[in-house]
Order: sequence, then structure tokens, then C-alpha cells
Amino acid sequence: MSDPDMLHPELRAPDDSDSITRQGRRLDHAEATSKPLRSRPEPQPRGAKIHGNRPIDQAEAAARFLAAPEHEKMHDERLWDLRQKRDREMHGIPEWEELRSLASAIKEHTLTHLDEYLDQFEANARRNGVHVHWARDAAEHNRIVHGILKDHGAKTLVKSKSMLTEECGFRPYMASVGIEVIETDLGERIQQLDNEDPSHIVVPAVHKLRTDVAEVFSKTIGTDPDNSDVHYLAEAQRESNRPLILAADAGMTGCNFAVAETGGVVVCTNEGNADLSANVPKLHIASIGIEKIIPRLEHLAVFVRLLSRSALGSPITQYTSHFRGPRQGSEMHFVLVDNGRSERLGLDEFWTSLKCIRCGACMNTCPVYRRSGGLSYGATYSGPIGLIIDPTFNARKYSNLPFASTLNGSCSNVCPVKINIHEQIYAWRRELVKQHEVPFVKKAAMKAAGELLSRPAAYRAAIAATNLALGHLPRFVLYNGLNAWGKGRENPRPPRQSFHSWHLANRGDKA
Amino acid sequence: MSSRDDILASIRANRPKLERPLPSVPLFDADRPASLLAAFQESLERMGGVFLDPPPTGDMLAPVRARIANAKVVCSTVPEISGNRDLAGVRAPQDLADVDFAIVRAAFAVAETGSVLLGERGLGINALAYLAQHLIVLVDPADIVVNLHNAYQRPEFRSDHYCAFHTGPSATADIEGVLIHGAQGVRSLSVLPLPRAPAPH
Repeated sequence: MSDPDMLHPELRAPDDSDSITRQGRRLDHAEATSKPLRSRPEPQPRGAKIHGNRPIDQAEAAARFLAAPEHEKMHDERLWDLRQKRDREMHGIPEWEELRSLASAIKEHTLTHLDEYLDQFEANARRNGVHVHWARDAAEHNRIVHGILKDHGAKTLVKSKSMLTEECGFRPYMASVGIEVIETDLGERIQQLDNEDPSHIVVPAVHKLRTDVAEVFSKTIGTDPDNSDVHYLAEAQRESNRPLILAADAGMTGCNFAVAETGGVVVCTNEGNADLSANVPKLHIASIGIEKIIPRLEHLAVFVRLLSRSALGSPITQYTSHFRGPRQGSEMHFVLVDNGRSERLGLDEFWTSLKCIRCGACMNTCPVYRRSGGLSYGATYSGPIGLIIDPTFNARKYSNLPFASTLNGSCSNVCPVKINIHEQIYAWRRELVKQHEVPFVKKAAMKAAGELLSRPAAYRAAIAATNLALGHLPRFVLYNGLNAWGKGRENPRPPRQSFHSWHLANRGDKA
Repeated sequence: MSSRDDILASIRANRPKLERPLPSVPLFDADRPASLLAAFQESLERMGGVFLDPPPTGDMLAPVRARIANAKVVCSTVPEISGNRDLAGVRAPQDLADVDFAIVRAAFAVAETGSVLLGERGLGINALAYLAQHLIVLVDPADIVVNLHNAYQRPEFRSDHYCAFHTGPSATADIEGVLIHGAQGVRSLSVLPLPRAPAPH
């Protein structure tokens, strides 16, 4: 059975026995695929090699990912499916573009008044009985959390997924001070048990096949190594985590949105694991990036409508949880973390990257990300958003990353908060050329791209031509030495219509 | 300087000096579905929830009774139906680990997404809605709002220390995109439309 919407029709499963149906309809909510897929076993390619502060060689790791075709195809297919589900949701919301404009405007307003809203958030949180802490950087965040745990004599901590704690190197730090940390999200737990970073900010183990998970679980939680049935693996993880949640001394969550007017935080999960982590132990600590602030509840509605639709093509996450104060007999702590954000606010060309709500839509649509895997970036944030955030943490180590892009602009087109991601990628290339040696081929490609990017109409014409060309040009045109990105990579099938031309055709009258 | 003062000073020094007015957000509710209940049911089922159809006459709670018929431990926080685990005797959330079915009432529901809002007052103990194997939620059809913009006008977000939208059961597809119900929390979420009992005088 072939499917014209599939990139790799050979992945289509012969039957759909894993699926769940409701009233005769196959369900594909949360991060589920819209069609049944089946992989064949293959050893898992690993991520980028890290050598201290030396520049990450993303292309080298990507080449190894491409050399594992089952992994590469499944990754490509699943993420493209999420992108298609996202489009389906977008078409169901007439005000979609208005929501994106609102989201962008709300974030830009808040970021330009961030001190005032943080102040308001803190005051309201304290009024609700929450302990509020401030951390300049990752080290201070980790010390503060450790201090809170010590005060409570806590030795074990269950937590939900948080990119901020990944950024802070939280788990290694806690291990070094003798605190046991247990991740409660299935994907994040798989990655923790495999001693591997999350490869995607929303679906952390998307680069793994079911057989990879079976191998990890057989070595760590005692499952049958020959059983890679997904329902069996998920159930085994649930059963192994439940006693750990019940026995934990403390719970931790991240924060998707912090509402200044209520002093509360909002956490979105599909598994309900943030609610378990926060509501079972007597102590709840939430780590909050300072850019997560939004002014009022009416603004929250805009972001909740956009987040899961953009991320997964699901109307909302299964759980959207609002924590405003401790429950009786328990304590709640908020840790507000800067870790370079206030400095990024001062970068003329890059400050709007702080609008990011961590949906991952840019990763799902990115042809480079889909074909090279998130771990090839060797950084906390991968994909297009990673290319423009990572260099602010370490310009040398991540100097190659802004080159892992075709500048096709698809990332900017799907971004729910309208970050001009591809333009910032290009601006980072320019910035890094100023700061570092960048190889000649990359410089030549940049010059051409720069001329195009400076003229929006020409850029759009070029994208239209490229999208046509990707389907028809012979390989040697795309994979010659001058196409820095095409080297070592296959180009994806282009969309039939670019977003911009679609928008003009369908919504032009409203623009 | 404290970290707080440091961070705020750094923000003040770096924040772009640009005019960015705060937009107000429309309610986007001009096009309302003919039936909020039908729209809610459709959204709920898409998200993996089960809609319980009350019989036209007789015992409105029959579908709930059928569902819990074989359950060992049932914990109900609603007056309409009783369980066999009294929350008043529960000292810690962990004591709810063996609950098979929890029955609670939602503060309200959202047609757009099929969500029900469960808050600390309806739950008694927050963890009940996550540690139970299955969750049954009563919703008054009069308590369904059209979309999330209307939902965030409700008072619960300002009054409750904790409240959460539940939209279907705990779910994941972290392994190869295969949908699983009962990832960490409840394995099923069923909703019975049932008007609230009139308040006693």
C-alpha cells in the first residue's frame, strides 16, 4: 500500500495492529503517527563526538546517521508526519495567522518589559506562598536546587522533562552530590537510561527505533531483549517508574509559561508526568527560564492554542497544568534562571530568539535536522532554533552549527511566534566569520545566500525555483562541492507549494 | 548585589528600547458550533477520551456503574455516586496508589479541545487524577465553553492553587510514534454529561 504523502513508503507497516481506534477512527493525537510505520532492526548511530571546547563536527555525525538508513528514514518520516499533522491543524483554525501575530507581539512586548513582568510575577508568586529564587547561571541554579533538597533531607527527585535543566547539566550535577534523579517522561527516561541526551526538545527519543529501546530496557529495567513490542515496552517503563514516583522525596517540573498576573506556572505534558512529579511528593520545585513570562491569562490562551498544534499537530497536550501555589502541607519553589538570556536580550539581530516557546516545529520541518538526527548537533538545542541559540552559549564550540541549514526558510514559516530563524542563521554565519576562520566553500555559499536574503522578492523567487528544482535536477547539481549542505546528504522531496505561495493563494486577501 | 538585582539590572541594560505595545486578545468565538456538547464529544474522542451516553430515561449514571462494576477500589468525590475509598481517611497521596477508578466532577469543559478542567476542589487530593488507573469525569453540559479564550476567562485560574486541563487519558507515542494510552497516569478518561445536582438549601 503506497501513500503519496509518505517520504519513505517502504516504512508503511503491513498491518495496523498497534493502533487505537475510537468510533471506527484511527487515533493520532499526542505525538502519534498518522499512519502505521514499521522499522527493521539496525544498530543505533550515536551523536556528535564531543572534544571539550573544540568545534562540533555536525556533518561528521550526520554522515553516520545517514549511513544507518532505517534510523534515518524512520526519523525523517516521523518528523515529516508531525509537520503534516501540524498543517492539518493549522487549516482547521481560521484565525491561525492572527494567533501567530498575536503570539509574536505578546512575546516582543513582554521581552521589552521583562524586568517589570518578572517583578510582578515574583510578587504574586510570593503572595501565593511560593518560595522564589533567582539564578544567574546554570551553576547557581543547580546549587539552589541542591540547597532546597538538602533543607528537606531529600535524596530522590522525580522530574518531568525540562530543556532548561538539560541546559544546566542538572542530572550530572545532582549525581555528583548524591541525589538520585528519575526522569518520568517515557522518551526522556529512555534517554536517561541510555546515558544519551534528548535528541529533540519535544520527542527526546525520536531518533531511536523500537529495537533500540528494547535493548536499553533489557539492560536497565529487565525487559525481554527479544521483545520490541511498543505496548510492552511502554508498560514496562510505567511499571518500573511508578514505585519510584511513590517513594520520591521531591518533585521537579519545568515551565512552559509563567503568568505574571497570577504568579503561576503552566506545564504541558502528554503523559501527566509533571502532575505526578508535582502532586505526589511533598516538595515541588519548578525551574523557569526568565523568558517564559507572559503578562496575563488572556495571553496564555493564544500560546496554549498554538503550542501542541505546532509541535505535534495535536489540538492540545493531554495535560495543561496550572500551578499557582503549594497544596496543603507541601512546599513550592520557583527558580528563575537567566543563564545568558538577559545578555541575549541585548543582541540586536538575535534577541527575538527569546520568543521561542520550544515547540520543535522548526526541527520537524527542517530537511537537515530530519536527515541528520538531533544528536549530530552535539548541543542542548538542535535543529534550526539550536543553530541560533547554541552559539550564544559558546561561539567556538558551536561555530559550525549555523552552517547546518539550507536557508530554505521553512523553519521561519512554521514558527508559531514568528522568529525569523533562517535570517538569524545567516546572520550568525556572518557573525562567526567575523570571529573565526570559516572554510572557503562555506564563505562562497554565504556570499550568494547573503545577496538573496537581502532582497525578499528575489529570495522567494529562488525558493520557488529551488522547490521545483529539488524534484527534477540531476543529483550532481545538488551534490556538487559548492553546495556545502548537500555534501554527504540527500536532499528531501520539496513541498508541492511553499508556505508563502500557499499563503498568497489562500489568505492573500486577509494579509 | 543579589542574583535577583544582577539579573534585573542586566535586563534593564540590555532590553531593546523599542515600542512594542501589548495586544489585547479577541475571543474568536463568533462562529459557535450548533451544539457545544456535540463539539465537545467530537474533540474528546479525537484525543482518546470516551464519551458516556446517558440513557434517555431512568438511571443517568448507568454507564458509570457499568464501567466500575468489576473494579476493586473506587474513589468518588461526587455526591451522585459513592465509591469504597473515602478520601477523608486518606493521609497522603501515596495512599491512592491502588485506586482503580476515580470519579470526579469537572469545573467546566472546552468544546474546541475536548478538555475538562479539574481543580483542587473537585479532586480533594490532586494526585487522585493521576494515580488512579482510570478516571471518570462528570460534566454539566451547561459548563461547556466554546474555546480556550473563553476558558481562560473563568475564575478557577485565579482562585485555585492547582488546576489542570485533562484532554483524554495519559498518552505517549515516544517509541516509533505508536500511540499508548496510560503512559504514566490514567489509562482511560471517560466523560459523562450530567447536570449538577441543585445546591442544598
